[in-house]
Amino acid sequence: MNDPMMPSIWRIKNYRTETADTFTIDLVNEHGQDGMTGMHFQPGQFNMLYLFGAGESAISISGDPRNKDVLTHTVRAVGTVTRALARLKRGDVIGVRGPYGSPWPVVEAIGNDVLIVAGGIGLAPLRPVIYHLIAEREKYGKVTLLYGARSPVDILFRQELEKWRGRFDMQVEATVDNARQGQTWHGNAGVVTGLIPRAGFDPSQTTVMICGPELMMRFTIIELQKRGIEEDAIHVSMERNMKCAIGLCGHCQLGPEFICKNGPVFRFDRIRDSFRKREI
Amino acid sequence: METLEPLIAEHPFFRDLPREYIHLITGCASNVRFDAGQYLFREEDEANQFYLIRQGKIAVEVFTPQQGRLLIQTMGAGEVLGWSWLVPPYKWRFDSRAIELTRAISMDGKCLRAKCEDDPRLGYELFKRFSAIIAERLHATRLQMLDIYGTSE
Ligand SMILES: Cc1cc2nc3c(=O)[nH]c(=O)nc-3n(C[C@H](O)[C@H](O)[C@H](O)COP(=O)(O)OP(=O)(O)OC[C@H]3O[C@@H](n4cnc5c(N)ncnc54)[C@H](O)[C@@H]3O)c2cc1C
Ligand code: FES
Repeated sequence: MNDPMMPSIWRIKNYRTETADTFTIDLVNEHGQDGMTGMHFQPGQFNMLYLFGAGESAISISGDPRNKDVLTHTVRAVGTVTRALARLKRGDVIGVRGPYGSPWPVVEAIGNDVLIVAGGIGLAPLRPVIYHLIAEREKYGKVTLLYGARSPVDILFRQELEKWRGRFDMQVEATVDNARQGQTWHGNAGVVTGLIPRAGFDPSQTTVMICGPELMMRFTIIELQKRGIEEDAIHVSMERNMKCAIGLCGHCQLGPEFICKNGPVFRFDRIRDSFRKREI
Repeated sequence: METLEPLIAEHPFFRDLPREYIHLITGCASNVRFDAGQYLFREEDEANQFYLIRQGKIAVEVFTPQQGRLLIQTMGAGEVLGWSWLVPPYKWRFDSRAIELTRAISMDGKCLRAKCEDDPRLGYELFKRFSAIIAERLHATRLQMLDIYGTSE
């Protein structure tokens, strides 16, 4: 039997700089079976990326679940492992374990309106959801994406956002905390919660998916509840430090839940109590 | 002559305001239009009005010597711009510029202040509505200052 802690080796096929501190890598597994070099995963799942000599980090899969050619991750360089990953280049190899964790509720959302609220790097774990919704567009009601970033230069996947915005079957609104003179920006300014009143949705028929800094998620939830969205319609993705990623070490514990196994995507009513605790 | 009363009554800011008050404040209202790039007001100008935005998009900007013009908020249809007309010294604290063609109803602050002095119930009604906006703005500013997405520089 395979050792679940043993990474498999993947090669970087493409490396793209997204913003000053964020980059995307497309990986291929040269030993993939049946000509499949990608990986089967569900939107919201993550992998443990292992870099020899630096360590391992949990990183969500940010690519299209239907694309079996490559496995895509978008990483923000914040510390030891992620900065070392940022220095890699095309052709380098890394270790990958996964996919792990719970998916976004794209199946449960069938027939409903879908409201996606993302902040900063939080758009990366939600991008597979957007690809999925576009691929199966007829199964869903109104689809809305609200995205908040620090400034225009920090906006992730800008070209794709513009493309999605141009579709007639999707509402896309982006906002920045501020924009300096000289930064080309014709979008909104202000916090992402300020966009919620512009997203018309039927509160009783809407599935909400939120990913971003916890403070942003907290205020987004308050704003949604003011508009009649119930807790069980809201889903959030949680982040904690991970080690084993298979529910053994307890490193990622959040109240009674292990984020690596029961999460990272949780229905809000199931983690409400831990979510609001000050120490998290 | 066509009156602005129905436009004021249907703006979300005045939702559920008693009819008699809508009628009263319509006397302080005028229809305005700003082309893209046109300033509504600049910092330190006298603040003698506020705007019920009906259509278009408005930028609120602050000028800093180090960074030049900094866009900090945008507003659109259904929103209300400006509360400096309520509090002395009645001066604007920011610049405001139309980003696209914008239509709004301008409410004359001096005229409204006089009506509020005459009828404190109207004054209280307006203060309740504006205090909700001020609180929301303060809250949003705090979040923006926390820089929750972190720096990339
Ligand atoms: C399920 C899950 C999915 C994730 N998906 C992604 C993803 O798609 N893309 C991505 O870039 N990251 C993602 N993360 C976060 C990522 O795992 C961490 O940023 C990474 O492990 C940090 O490791 P490091 O060695 O680079 O930093 P460390 O050396 O461990 O930390 C260095 C410094 O950075 C700070 N820091 C650590 N993590 C973060 C953070 N997330 N944000 C800001 N500061 C931080 C620490 O407090 C510390 O001060 C995910 C995390 C989880 C649990
Ligand atoms: S990371 Fe070990 S239990 Fe979750």
